[in-house]
Amino acid sequence: MSAASEIVIDVHGLTKKFDGRAVVRDLSMQVKRGTIYGFLGPNGSGKTTTIRMLCGLLTPDEGNGTCLGYDIRTEADKIKRQVGYMTQRFSLYQDLSVRENLEFVARIYGINDPTGAVRDMIVRLGLNGREEQIAGTLSGGWKQRLALGACTLPGPQLLLLDEPTAGVDPKARREFWNEIHALAAKGLTALVSTHYMDEAERCHEIAYIAYGELLTHGTVDEVIHESHLTTYSVSGEGVMALSATLEKSKGVDTVAPFGTNLHVSGHDRAALDAAIAPYRDDPKLSWSVISPSLEDVFIGLMGKAKDNFQ
Amino acid sequence: MSALFGKLAPGFWRRVGAMVRKEFVQLKRDRVTFATIISVPMMQLVLFGYAINTTPRNLPTAVLLQESSDVGRTILKAIENTKYFKITRQVHDEAEFDRVLASGEVLFAIEIPRGFERALRRGDHPAILVAADATDPVASSVALGTLGNILQTALRNDRAIPDSGQLPFEIRTHARYNPAGASQLNIVPGLMGTILTMTMLIFTALSVTREVERGTMESLLAMPITPFEIMLGKIVPYVLIGFFQASFILGAGVVLFGVPIVGNLGLLAALSTLFIATNLAIGYTFSTLAQNQLQAIQMAMMFFLPNMLMSGFAFPFLGMPKWAQWFSEWLPLTHYIRIVRAIMLKGSTLGDLHYDTLALAGLMMVAMFIAVTRFRRTLD
Repeated sequence: MSAASEIVIDVHGLTKKFDGRAVVRDLSMQVKRGTIYGFLGPNGSGKTTTIRMLCGLLTPDEGNGTCLGYDIRTEADKIKRQVGYMTQRFSLYQDLSVRENLEFVARIYGINDPTGAVRDMIVRLGLNGREEQIAGTLSGGWKQRLALGACTLPGPQLLLLDEPTAGVDPKARREFWNEIHALAAKGLTALVSTHYMDEAERCHEIAYIAYGELLTHGTVDEVIHESHLTTYSVSGEGVMALSATLEKSKGVDTVAPFGTNLHVSGHDRAALDAAIAPYRDDPKLSWSVISPSLEDVFIGLMGKAKDNFQ
Repeated sequence: MSALFGKLAPGFWRRVGAMVRKEFVQLKRDRVTFATIISVPMMQLVLFGYAINTTPRNLPTAVLLQESSDVGRTILKAIENTKYFKITRQVHDEAEFDRVLASGEVLFAIEIPRGFERALRRGDHPAILVAADATDPVASSVALGTLGNILQTALRNDRAIPDSGQLPFEIRTHARYNPAGASQLNIVPGLMGTILTMTMLIFTALSVTREVERGTMESLLAMPITPFEIMLGKIVPYVLIGFFQASFILGAGVVLFGVPIVGNLGLLAALSTLFIATNLAIGYTFSTLAQNQLQAIQMAMMFFLPNMLMSGFAFPFLGMPKWAQWFSEWLPLTHYIRIVRAIMLKGSTLGDLHYDTLALAGLMMVAMFIAVTRFRRTLD
């Protein structure tokens, strides 16, 4: 296998406009085989649009690239055979049973022995005993599991999961991620969009998208390091009142409460220090420099990106 | 009134008002629905108002002149002057006479027998034969019923005809294919087509919009299945259902109403299947055009009404003005009504019906072509 085939997604300059408004602009990304690639960003940032362009459901207005070695513009049919796409909204048939839904998918993809394959999948998903339950009556966690089962059933090489854990309880989310890791260990590549920061830490690599632009990407450590962000954690009496004051100060890019603490971050260390200087010696407050969390980084990035738009 | 409203909880009208306002806003958002509410009744009023005619005139008539005589010509002239008949064809023998009636080319055929004039002069009270295609009793009965009286008045002062106060000849009418003029013989085949149109349209009109509304279309599009495959997969089950429905109506027609099936049952089944498939394809096309299920239903209804009113089932096809007849050629039910009447009541064969068969197949192809090209493979 050549090195190129180890890159599963390779796109350059993707742009998509709806009614003249760019939802995704000039987006480039590379994803290596076997990685779990976290696709982060706030609501409406263009995550879903990007995923849809990758699997041929939307045609990019500009840009080009390949997915699994196939051109995303001209070879969507070939991509569809090897990609499992899990939509944001539950998109299996609500009025079919678990087994009927899976068998439908198995037959569309032309899997040998669909009945047998579905039986195995139901066991793997832990859905035995619920085979005949109507999909619409499953709880959120089970629906999500079934949807994942439906996209992995045809044995895809790439999974595109669009906010798969939205509205799912923590236990189901953990199980879901264990399953994704197990699949990745077998060589499957997964692109997972989410807006949960804790899920980003479960990914091998992440990319952050806001206002249609890819702002940063790399491993979690790389992203934090490259942000050049300095973060102070401050706690003590009257800290929340301080929040409003600091937010307006020059040199402070973001102020965010974390429990009883306040994280104060800035990209320019000197300016940040100057901004907080009047309050550093306040005996009621205690200050410490901390490593910024991913959330600090992203909120900082979003602030910057927004400025670029205004 | 006040007793009723006096008990209402405070704020009743405010809440009702809020609801009314919200409904109007939603209605305004759905432009297509709003447009149909305004334009459809207007369009249909104009269309049906001008097209439908319950006392049809100028019905196509063939004549077989077995002798060339002044009397014969006078009578034909008088018949045409009634405005009910329009002589569109001269036939030359009885075989042709039967054929033009069977094919539906004409609704009436008039024969003036050999030696008619001589028999008339002798006072033998000869008969002219007026054969009518009574598969559509509405169209034929009015014209036939008035023929005797009108002719008598028209010919009273004609010197070619001996005046004796009464018609010196007999008009022997022959209501072919439905001699008793039984309306069931028209209603049963007609209803079969109407019911099939209605159910088949609704079944498929909802099929694609339902997938879009429930969000299943997105994952379906991400799967390796082509639009044509989706369409066939969605149409085939309803072909079977439609076939079952048609058999049921037909069975009931035979058992309960004694409607005869003169022609070939196999041919009827085959052409009914074609008709079912055509309607399904049209319904499916609506489904790819509509943005939601409500719009799909409205389109189906908009299409159904002219089918019912202008196909020749409810009102005589040949009684409509030419433009309306031309328009109705684009409706599948027009062709199916002809087919089903012809096979059941006249015993027509595929050879007699090739035009209507081809028309149905053509309409199906056009609908399928639009559906497949309109069907969006992407969410763009």
